[in-house]
Amino acid sequence: MNQSPSGLLPGRSSQPGKRVLPGFALSLGVSLFFISLVLILPVTGLIVQTAGMGWAEYWAVVTDERVVASYKVTLWAAALASIINGVVGLLLAWVLVRYEFPGKRLMDALVDLPFALPTAVAGITLTALFAPDGWYGQLFALLGIKVAFTPLGIIVAMSFTSLPFVVRTVQPVLEDFAPEDEEAAVSLGASDWTVFRRILLPAMWPALMTGVALSFTRSLGEFGAVIFIAGNMPYVSEIISLMIFVRLQEFDHAAASAIASVVLVASLILLLGINLWQARYLRRLQGR
Amino acid sequence: MHQRRTMRAGDQPWVKWTLIGLALALTITMLVMPLVIIFTQAFSGGLQTYLGNLTDSYTLHAIGLTLFVAALTVPINLVFGVFLAWLVTRFEFPGRKALITLIDIPFAVSPVVAGLLYLLLYGSNGWLGSWLADRDVQLMFSWPGIVMVTVFVTCPFVARELIPLMQQQGREEEEAGVVLGATGWQLFRRVTLPNIQWALLYGVVLTNARAVGEFGAVSVVSGNIRGETNTLALHVELLYQDYNVVGAFASASLLAGIALITIVVKSFVEWRQARQRAPLDDQSDNR
Amino acid sequence: MSISIEGITKRFGSFQALDNISLEVPDGKLIGLLGPSGSGKTTLLRIIAGLETADSGRILFQGEDVTRLHVRERRVGFVFQHYALFRHMTVAQNVAFGLEVLPAKERPKAAEIRQRVDTLLEMVQLGHLANRYPAQLSGGQKQRIALARALSMKPQILLLDEPFGALDAKVRKDLRRWLRTLHDEFHFTSVFVTHDQEEALELSDQVAVMSAGKIEQVDSPQRLYAEPGSRFVFDFLGHVNVFDGRLEEQVVRQGEAWVRLGEPVTSKELQLYMRSHEVRLQSMSEAHAHLPLRIESVSLVGAEVRLELSPIGWESAEPWEVGITHAQFNNWQPKRGDQCYAVPRVAHVIEEGSGAPRTLRWQAGEMDDPAAMI
Repeated sequence: MNQSPSGLLPGRSSQPGKRVLPGFALSLGVSLFFISLVLILPVTGLIVQTAGMGWAEYWAVVTDERVVASYKVTLWAAALASIINGVVGLLLAWVLVRYEFPGKRLMDALVDLPFALPTAVAGITLTALFAPDGWYGQLFALLGIKVAFTPLGIIVAMSFTSLPFVVRTVQPVLEDFAPEDEEAAVSLGASDWTVFRRILLPAMWPALMTGVALSFTRSLGEFGAVIFIAGNMPYVSEIISLMIFVRLQEFDHAAASAIASVVLVASLILLLGINLWQARYLRRLQGR
Repeated sequence: MHQRRTMRAGDQPWVKWTLIGLALALTITMLVMPLVIIFTQAFSGGLQTYLGNLTDSYTLHAIGLTLFVAALTVPINLVFGVFLAWLVTRFEFPGRKALITLIDIPFAVSPVVAGLLYLLLYGSNGWLGSWLADRDVQLMFSWPGIVMVTVFVTCPFVARELIPLMQQQGREEEEAGVVLGATGWQLFRRVTLPNIQWALLYGVVLTNARAVGEFGAVSVVSGNIRGETNTLALHVELLYQDYNVVGAFASASLLAGIALITIVVKSFVEWRQARQRAPLDDQSDNR
Repeated sequence: MSISIEGITKRFGSFQALDNISLEVPDGKLIGLLGPSGSGKTTLLRIIAGLETADSGRILFQGEDVTRLHVRERRVGFVFQHYALFRHMTVAQNVAFGLEVLPAKERPKAAEIRQRVDTLLEMVQLGHLANRYPAQLSGGQKQRIALARALSMKPQILLLDEPFGALDAKVRKDLRRWLRTLHDEFHFTSVFVTHDQEEALELSDQVAVMSAGKIEQVDSPQRLYAEPGSRFVFDFLGHVNVFDGRLEEQVVRQGEAWVRLGEPVTSKELQLYMRSHEVRLQSMSEAHAHLPLRIESVSLVGAEVRLELSPIGWESAEPWEVGITHAQFNNWQPKRGDQCYAVPRVAHVIEEGSGAPRTLRWQAGEMDDPAAMI
């Protein structure tokens, strides 16, 4: 990440009309057509729909007591799930990069399972494991903890489906880390813990934060895995995506789109924020 | 590299093995056990029941519909992904960065919201949908709607795999091809494609896995009509709600199988790419 | 603080990186480890620092055995080849790092640390860059910051790995001079690694030439150049012209060429080595040497004109190179394809049995034939 690919350098490009490689107009045309049709047009549809509502009506729908409860549950669960993933992901990335041990390649491959496994399958599987009569549920029952059909279950499902984000963002940074930086610190008298805290962790920090933020964004929108294990009790374990779904089944399209607009804006702000933050951090490290 | 560094943080045996032990325990409980339970549940009624569950006519229809949706979605996103990657890595133009951000939207948006976006636009009350309905075209609650939302949800995968790779490879090889007189198609076919084929394969496999397994967006627009608009993922839910747990896991085992294939392909692709780079690493050091 | 290296051996798998190396670095000296890549010089430097552990042998600082001591405890300054500046820290934070990681009771107060950092940055003349990040610095500036950081702990030993390897020629020369001044001013004991013979010869009090895990020769730069101890050292320090032949009655012959020796030599198969300045070119052969050559190329490089020559009627594994002055060039006007004769003033011969070359001279009178001179 310390060298920018030549394609990214600004101001190096040839003038329009003097492009060397073929296919600019064609690829621009195809891409813009596709993005307009598939991404932008449907979003405009939502804007049109919500714009048709009066402000008071909109406000009433999005601040409905049951809806607000679902924001809270979703935000809390997503926050906790992404923090858990920050710790677990860092551990897995560290172990996969720094150590050699039997089963390492298998572990590395399995990390991608949550991305590859359909969310509905993840949902019923986690429910089977964590239900009171399931393999893990029985163990938790001994401790008097109920996981499935409570907000705890939501956290479990969200952690599972977004687990790979942190691992896969931190791993390459740790792999590229120059051993000389560590050696330089040690030759200046730093202990192992200091090396980790002052040299390695700051180097991994942007990637770690990006991974956590991506994990959080994904968790906010997670639906399939959560609804099976959550129990979906109004005011307690109803997530925001489910609220939209419920309103739709009540054929209240206006309410559904009002809530969806809140979710959409929140996730777009998150996405933009992550991109800007990354760009700023990279600029500092690359001196541009 | 023929050298072993002696001084690295966290290399003391007790730290090392504690961390490895923790990681292994987590991997087993969070990743291996779910796979195990899918298959034990699916086969809990014996092989006969398992096969019976899969050859049930509704299940067969769901499998067929799912494959059909994937067969339409994957090529569409393959073409789009390649064009977009070519555009943003081979040319400079205003709005390039914005385009790269736009393509991430489906990753950030909840699948339910994605489904809703399409329902609002193309549903019978929607402003495009009502116009279509007047002409007797119904997209929502039938297979075209399922394909449309699946395209939305899976459109970033191919492009996301290709962009970093093509950026890193730079455009010099293609420029050399142009200097030697290659046409656009020749250039892509003979210069670009051989360099990106493995990443492209992985992008396709990921698109496929997600297309086959998409649940949230599809459940909004499908209407869940058994034997008509029920995909495999929706079928799993339906069986589960009917308390047919073994049947649900039988269908789920098929989807898990596709997930495992995806992981295997990814490992293979990474192995290929590592091997391509390996000869460079061999001669790196003089210590 | 003197450094004693005693019988250091290191293997990486089947690769013998260092083979029983011993070396004394006297207090306050600046020593260059010179060798081609793979000769083990960097490994030796890293073992002195404690970044690598030797399979056997001892390292002593001022007579005290530090072999088992961790890098952390050795208190050496180490400058890495690619600087290894911490990217996420400013220049000032980089330089302060060593002081800040001291145990609480030894650590200076924050104000004192700032004071020390300022002093160090002034010393490397980069005080105005304190708040920059490493990515915003030029190569030469990074190098100086790396040095300031290495000196922050007031080490008595400074180790530098290819300190100027990644810099361009001009910056390299300036930094070299500056490092020499710094060394003389602060009197630490320094060891640096380089593959650049010019750098080693210009900068060091002593140069240790290494090859294949062994030290070939340790000497002052002047002696190393004038009296190389082995074929390898001879080859590695500058270009050398070789005449290969059989000795018969004091005459070394090969094909049509011959050289008459002025003093007795015992070996029968002989190789005569001549540096490009130890040979002169004439339009006809001389009483003690007949070495016909054809000019293959003429290149004007700086202060001299370099001629590349190929043998006529005899063979040489590599082309010969001889330098002439611009005055000679203007008189003679040599062109590609012209024929001329080489006359050795001095030659070096490695006799069988002894590794060290012997220097052969011819009496001045024998070759002062003005008519033959170019």
